[in-house]
Amino acid sequence: MGIPLIFERSVAGRRGYFLPPSDVPRRDPADVVPQEQLRSTPPPLPEVAEFDVIRHYTKLSQLNFSVDTHFYPLGSCTMKYNPKLNERIAALPGFAWLHPFQPTEHVQGMLALLYELEQLLCAITGMSAFTLQPSAGAQGELTGLKIIAAYHRRKRRTRSTILIPDSAHGTNPASAALSGFSVVQVKSGPDGLIDLKELKQKLTDDVAALMLTNPNTLGLFERQIQEISAMLHAHDALVYMDGANMNALLGIARPGDMGVDLLQLNLHKTFSTPHGGGGPGAGPVGVTKALEDFLPVPRVRKSGKRFVWVERTRGTIGRVHGFYGNVGVLVRAYTYIRTLGREGLVRAGQTAIINANYLKAKLQPTFPVPFNQFCMHEFVVTLKALKAYGVSAGDVAKRLLDYGFYAPTVYFPLIVEEAFMIEPTETESKETLDEFVHALIRIAEEAKSDPELVRRAPKRMVVDRLDEVKAAREPNLRWTTTNKLGAVPKPVGG
Amino acid sequence: MDYTPNTDAQLYEMLKAIGVSSFEALIEMVPEPIRQPTLNVPSGLAEAQVIELGEDLAAKNRSLKHVTSFLGAGAYQHLVPTVVDALSARGEWLTPYTPYQAEASQGTLQAIYEFQTMICELLQMDVANASLYDGASSVAEAAVLAFRATERPRILVSEAVHPHARQVLATYLSGTSAMIQEIPTVNGVTDMEALGKALRDDVACVIMQQPNVFGCLEPMAHASELTHRPGALFVASVYPISLGVLQPPGAYGADIAVAEGRCLGSPVAYGGPGLGLFTTTSALLRRIPGRLAGCTVDQAGRRGYTLTLQTREQHIRRERATSNICTNEGWLALRATIFLSLLGPTGLREMAMLSLEKAHYANERLREIPGISAAFDQPFFNEFTLRYSETVDIAKVHRALAKAGFVGGFPLAHWYPTLPHTTLWCVTEVISQDAIDGLIDTLKRMV
Repeated sequence: MGIPLIFERSVAGRRGYFLPPSDVPRRDPADVVPQEQLRSTPPPLPEVAEFDVIRHYTKLSQLNFSVDTHFYPLGSCTMKYNPKLNERIAALPGFAWLHPFQPTEHVQGMLALLYELEQLLCAITGMSAFTLQPSAGAQGELTGLKIIAAYHRRKRRTRSTILIPDSAHGTNPASAALSGFSVVQVKSGPDGLIDLKELKQKLTDDVAALMLTNPNTLGLFERQIQEISAMLHAHDALVYMDGANMNALLGIARPGDMGVDLLQLNLHKTFSTPHGGGGPGAGPVGVTKALEDFLPVPRVRKSGKRFVWVERTRGTIGRVHGFYGNVGVLVRAYTYIRTLGREGLVRAGQTAIINANYLKAKLQPTFPVPFNQFCMHEFVVTLKALKAYGVSAGDVAKRLLDYGFYAPTVYFPLIVEEAFMIEPTETESKETLDEFVHALIRIAEEAKSDPELVRRAPKRMVVDRLDEVKAAREPNLRWTTTNKLGAVPKPVGG
Repeated sequence: MDYTPNTDAQLYEMLKAIGVSSFEALIEMVPEPIRQPTLNVPSGLAEAQVIELGEDLAAKNRSLKHVTSFLGAGAYQHLVPTVVDALSARGEWLTPYTPYQAEASQGTLQAIYEFQTMICELLQMDVANASLYDGASSVAEAAVLAFRATERPRILVSEAVHPHARQVLATYLSGTSAMIQEIPTVNGVTDMEALGKALRDDVACVIMQQPNVFGCLEPMAHASELTHRPGALFVASVYPISLGVLQPPGAYGADIAVAEGRCLGSPVAYGGPGLGLFTTTSALLRRIPGRLAGCTVDQAGRRGYTLTLQTREQHIRRERATSNICTNEGWLALRATIFLSLLGPTGLREMAMLSLEKAHYANERLREIPGISAAFDQPFFNEFTLRYSETVDIAKVHRALAKAGFVGGFPLAHWYPTLPHTTLWCVTEVISQDAIDGLIDTLKRMV
C-alpha cells in the first residue's frame, strides 16, 4: 500500500512541536528588521501532529530494504553491519553537543580521539599522515588530486594528465576533471588487471598520477602493484589509491608498503559507519611523509600533553570542508576500530575474503566469472547468457527483491557485459549466503522457464517496476499545489 | 570482539567448498613481501570497555549541555525534537545506501522527495537536490555551476561570506581558469559601490551571505538586481532557521541558493556532519550537482519515486559529470525533513522569533556595559558583532567567562585582522533570559 505525502496529511492549524514560551520582551520583527527584508508569507510546510509524523515516517521506513533488515550485497559499497554501539558513543553529549569554536581546553577528549584515529588509520594503511576533513570518498579523491597538483607545482612543472583504469568508479574521472586535470583511460588486460604494456605506453611526462583502485572493482588484487608504483615513480608521477575497497586489505596488506603515495578511505564502508540512505560518510586521506605538508588545514597536533588545532602549514592545499569534517562519523569509526582491535580487524578482512570466495564458488557453475581467479572481498559475474531468454541483469536484480534480497551493483564495472558486482562482507553468515545462492539459481531457472516473470519483477514490493524514462523526461521533483512541474499522480490507497 | 557470525568450523567448511585448504591460498596474488603485516593497533575491547572508553573521552569535553555558549559563526545550536532522534535511529533509515533499487527503497526516495519539496518551499526556489556535504562545499559547487553555465571566468564573493566557505571555494576552483575576487565591506555589509564597479560581463556569479558572517543583514535585493544587469548569476548563502522571519532567497531573485542545513534537526557535533542545501531555478535544473528524487509511475500506473536525471552524474557521465559527488548527507536530510514536518510554518516562525527576540535582548543588555559597543550600525537576526574598548583584554575576559560557565562570542580578529577587539555573539531559543542576565552580571564585574 502506497503512502500519501506528508503534505497530503496536512490540516491547517495542526501542530507537531511546541516551543517554550518567550522569557524576554516580545518584539515586532518590523521594529528591528526593515519591512522589505521580512518574509511576507510563511513557507507552506505541512501542518501535522507529532503522532502523524511518527506514523508517517515509521510506515515509510518499512518500505526500505536496509542492512538491518535485508542482505545488501551491493558491490564496492561494503554494506556490513553498522554496530549500535557506534551510535551510542557518537550520541554522547560530550561528542554530539560540542561547538567547533569552543576553546581547545573544552574539547581535549574530542581532539585526543581525532588524533588517535589518525594514528590508527596510519597503522592500518602504512601511510605517514592523515587528514580527517573530507566528508566522503569523492571529496577524499578531490583532496588527493589537489595534493597531486600541489606536489607538481612545488616542483615547478605542469602535469595535466591523470591515468585511470577503465574499471574505475565514476567518481575518479569526475574528481580529476573537477580538479582541472585531463583523464586518460588505461585499458585493462585480459586478466582484468592493469596492463603494464598499455600503462607504459600512456605514461608520458605529462602524467601527474595514476588513480587506481586496489583491489580493483572486479575484486582482484593488482598483483604487480609494486612494479606499477616503481614505473610511476620513475617518471616522478604519483600513485593515488582509491581505498573504497580497503575492507579486503585489513590485516592482509598495507597500501603504504605497495608504493602508494596517497589514498582515501571510506569510513562508511570499511569502518562500519552507517550509510544513512546516502550519507553522511567520511573520506580521510592518507599520504606519505613527502606529501604531508600539502594536507588540508586545520590539523590536530599534540603540543606537550595538550592537543591543539594548527591552522596554517606552508604547503597546504587549503580547506575542503567547513570546520573539521564529519566528526560524528569519525567518532563512530574510532569506536569500531577500538572495538575490533588488531585481531578483530584481521578477522574482518579474512572473513570478508572467505565469504566472497565461497559465494563465488557456489554461483560460478550458474553464472560465469569473466576474470576468474580467487577474489578479494567481492567479485563480478556476467549474466549475459540470460540474454538469450530476453532477461537482463537489471531484470534479475529486480527479481532478487521479490526473494527478499537487495540487488548487487548492476552494470558495473563497465568492462563486463551484464555485470553483477557482489560483495557479501564479513558480517553475513554462511546460512544467509546459502539462501542467496539458492535464490539466484532459482531466478536463473525462472529466466529460462518463465522469462516474463523475471522481466516483470518485482511483484512483491509496494510498487511494481517504475517508469524511469518518464521520470527523466517529465521531471517532477517536488510536490506542489499548483502542479508547476507536472500533474501529481493519484495517491495509492490511503 | 568482532561482528563476524561465521564460526571457525564454518569458515573451514567454506574453504573446503572453495577448494583450498587454507586462507593463505586465497591471497596468493598479494606479493609475499607485503603480505600480512603486523598491525600496530591495540587489542579489541568488549562492549562495556568501549562504553567506558567513550564516556571517559566524552567527559574530557565540556558539552553545550554544561556550558552556556554564545558561539555561532556558522554552527548554530537549535532544539532537536525527541521524535527526530527516535525516528531517524530506525535501522530502515540509518542502514540502507543510496536508493539505486528504487522499488525496494521507496521510503528513502519519498523522504527525499518530501525533503526537496520542503527545502524549495523554505527557500522559495524551484528545485532542490537531495543534499551536498555542507554549506561550505555548497557555495563552492554553486560557483562551479555558474562558472560552467555562463562560461565566464570571474567569481565575485563578498568578504562577509563565511571564511570557511571562501576557503573551500578557493580550494575547489584551484587548477581551473576561474578567478575569485573578494568584494570589501563597509560598516559590516558588502560595499554595493565596489560590487557595482567589479560587475562586468566576464562575471559568472556574485556570492553573498544572508545574514552575513558579522550577523548583519545584507541588501540582497539590491545586490541581486546589480548582479543581473551584466547577466551574472546571483548566489545566496542563507541560514535556514532565519527564513522563519526573513525574506527567502527566491523573493530577491537568487539564481542559486545554498545553506548549511545542520541546524534543521541535527546536533552541532563539533561542526560535522553538515548538511549542504542546494537549490536553483528551473532554468538551471539540468546543471544541478548531486542526486535528485523524482515522482513517476509504475507499470500499474501507481505513484512511485526514483532517482532521476542521472545523466548529470559521475556514474554515468564520468569526467563530464556536473559534480563528482556520490555519497551525500542523506541521513541528515531525513532528520531535516522530520524536523520541518514537526515544526510546520508556525513552529518555524516561533523558533526564528525566539532567536531574534533573545538576541536583541542580549544585544541591548551587553551594550549597557561600559566598554562594549555595537561594531556596526546594521539590522541583524540572531547574531551580532560587538566591539570592546581597546583597554579590554578579550582573551582574559573570555577565560574568566569560561570559569563562570559561559563561552563568549567568537573573536573576529582571528579571521579579520582589521577588526581587532570585535567579537561575534549568537543567541538562539536554547538560551534563557536568566543565562543572558547571568552573563551580563559576570561581564560587568570584569570589563
